[in-house]
Amino acid sequence: MRRLWAWGALFLGLLYFVLPLIGMTEFSLKMRRGEYSFDAYAKVLGDPRFQETFSYSVAMALFTIAFGVLLVVPTAYWVRLKVPRARPWIEFVTLLPLVIPAIVIVFGYIRLYNTSSWLPLTGTATGTNVLLMFGYATLALPYMYRAVDTGLRTIDVATLTEAAQSLGAGWGTILARIILPNVLVAVLSGAFLTFAIVIGEFTMAALLNRPAFGPYMQLLGANRAYEPAALAVISFSITWLCMGLIQIVSRLAPKPPSQPN
Amino acid sequence: MASETIRTAPAASLRSRLPVNWLGLLPFAAFALLFLILPTMKIVIGAFQTPDGSFTFANVANLNTPSIRAAYWISIRISVASALLGCAIGFAMSAAVVLGGLPRVIRGPLLTFSGVASNFAGVPLAFAFLATLGPVGLVTVFLRTQLGIDLRLLGFNLLSFWGLTITYLFFQIPLMILIITPALDGLKREWREAAEVLGATGVQYWRMVALPILFPSLLGTFALLFANAFGAVATAIALTGSSLSIAPILLFAQIRGDVLGDPHLGYALAFGMIVITGIANGIYIWLRARSERWLK
Repeated sequence: MRRLWAWGALFLGLLYFVLPLIGMTEFSLKMRRGEYSFDAYAKVLGDPRFQETFSYSVAMALFTIAFGVLLVVPTAYWVRLKVPRARPWIEFVTLLPLVIPAIVIVFGYIRLYNTSSWLPLTGTATGTNVLLMFGYATLALPYMYRAVDTGLRTIDVATLTEAAQSLGAGWGTILARIILPNVLVAVLSGAFLTFAIVIGEFTMAALLNRPAFGPYMQLLGANRAYEPAALAVISFSITWLCMGLIQIVSRLAPKPPSQPN
Repeated sequence: MASETIRTAPAASLRSRLPVNWLGLLPFAAFALLFLILPTMKIVIGAFQTPDGSFTFANVANLNTPSIRAAYWISIRISVASALLGCAIGFAMSAAVVLGGLPRVIRGPLLTFSGVASNFAGVPLAFAFLATLGPVGLVTVFLRTQLGIDLRLLGFNLLSFWGLTITYLFFQIPLMILIITPALDGLKREWREAAEVLGATGVQYWRMVALPILFPSLLGTFALLFANAFGAVATAIALTGSSLSIAPILLFAQIRGDVLGDPHLGYALAFGMIVITGIANGIYIWLRARSERWLK
């Protein structure tokens, strides 16, 4: 009896998730009247605006990941090694982006870093790109920090550091050649998640007026019928790919013996 | 830079050592301050300032117009509804897999899929639902031509309270599954057996043992889902254009073009959003502290 209930709940839930996926796929194939075709995809992929905005967002995602790793790995390492008392505070800060809506944060950026302010980042295209990257890093912070901190939990940070130090390693060497390789799987998980978040992000890019993939999709959605469905299929595949890669790296990784916290 | 300072730390006296260690957190603190805390503070302060910088309550008081009140109200209703339904359905699905005796092979794929779906938000999600429940969407057409049910005659419209709620559930349910599955795993079999030995029925076990234990995580997830839905802009804009005025869309339009004609009203709008998500999380923290007190 209980099993029947369980199957029912699972089936109904899955139906809800599968229908929109079928719906968008079917719709994306209907551009040619009377038969299924890949016309909508050809249209989208051949659009120079698609290529520009997509490569812009990919580049932004890569920069965001690089910055996020440089910021989060040393910080999470340092907190575990030297200032465990700061941990609740750091965790609280990293969770703030889940509470403060992105639209509020970017509104603050626009007011704080406009052309007449002390740091006029929005004055130039490069400055705005940098600002957008910081914004993305903020959005990804909860996921990145959590992933890296969980990774650090599985290794003995103090012993590794002391061993490296007694062999004469400096802090840079310790971070780059001892800590980073040991938490690589966690870092990669955070990186793929960051990629999935950044690639389709709309609010920040639209309000900072950058030619990113998210605003392009929205614009196309307002003006076309079938292409948006094709874009939805493409984005879903990208998200799926990112999550698949997370699964693969965490499965391929050798499991380190878990350490007490 | 910071690491240079820190390398000299062992030589320093014990008293000056602690602050030096804290210096290692400087880059992170600077980042958080500049790109998270100060921007938020700017909004909060701006909400209580006149254009020339003096203190006022007028901006916040100006929020009290029928259209802005309606926008906040529908936003809150959508967020509560999608968070409640997300919690309930996510809980049911997770419980079905963890406790319902389903084959264990389902678990991994369900969690992976939840990871994907919880991140499949924003503009493409709106497209997927337009293609499914929109005027010429898959389900709409199927119901009309095969079963003779016209969703529009029944009063269903994707660009409405229920339309947005149903769409938001696509990322709310998976988030709930991701968070609650580990918590359900934590329910020990012995607890159930102990309760049964003492003569508890299934309902009693859930009401008096399992739910109180899960209460903090359930509440936390609810607060998170609420904030998640309340701040969602992209999905709503791509779905409705600006035909449905919910609070984030109003703020978006205000930032874009100052449609309300008063820039400081924008601060007040944003401040209102922070207050509401802040209250949701405050309630969570308070209830959690209470429930943990008697869980010990």
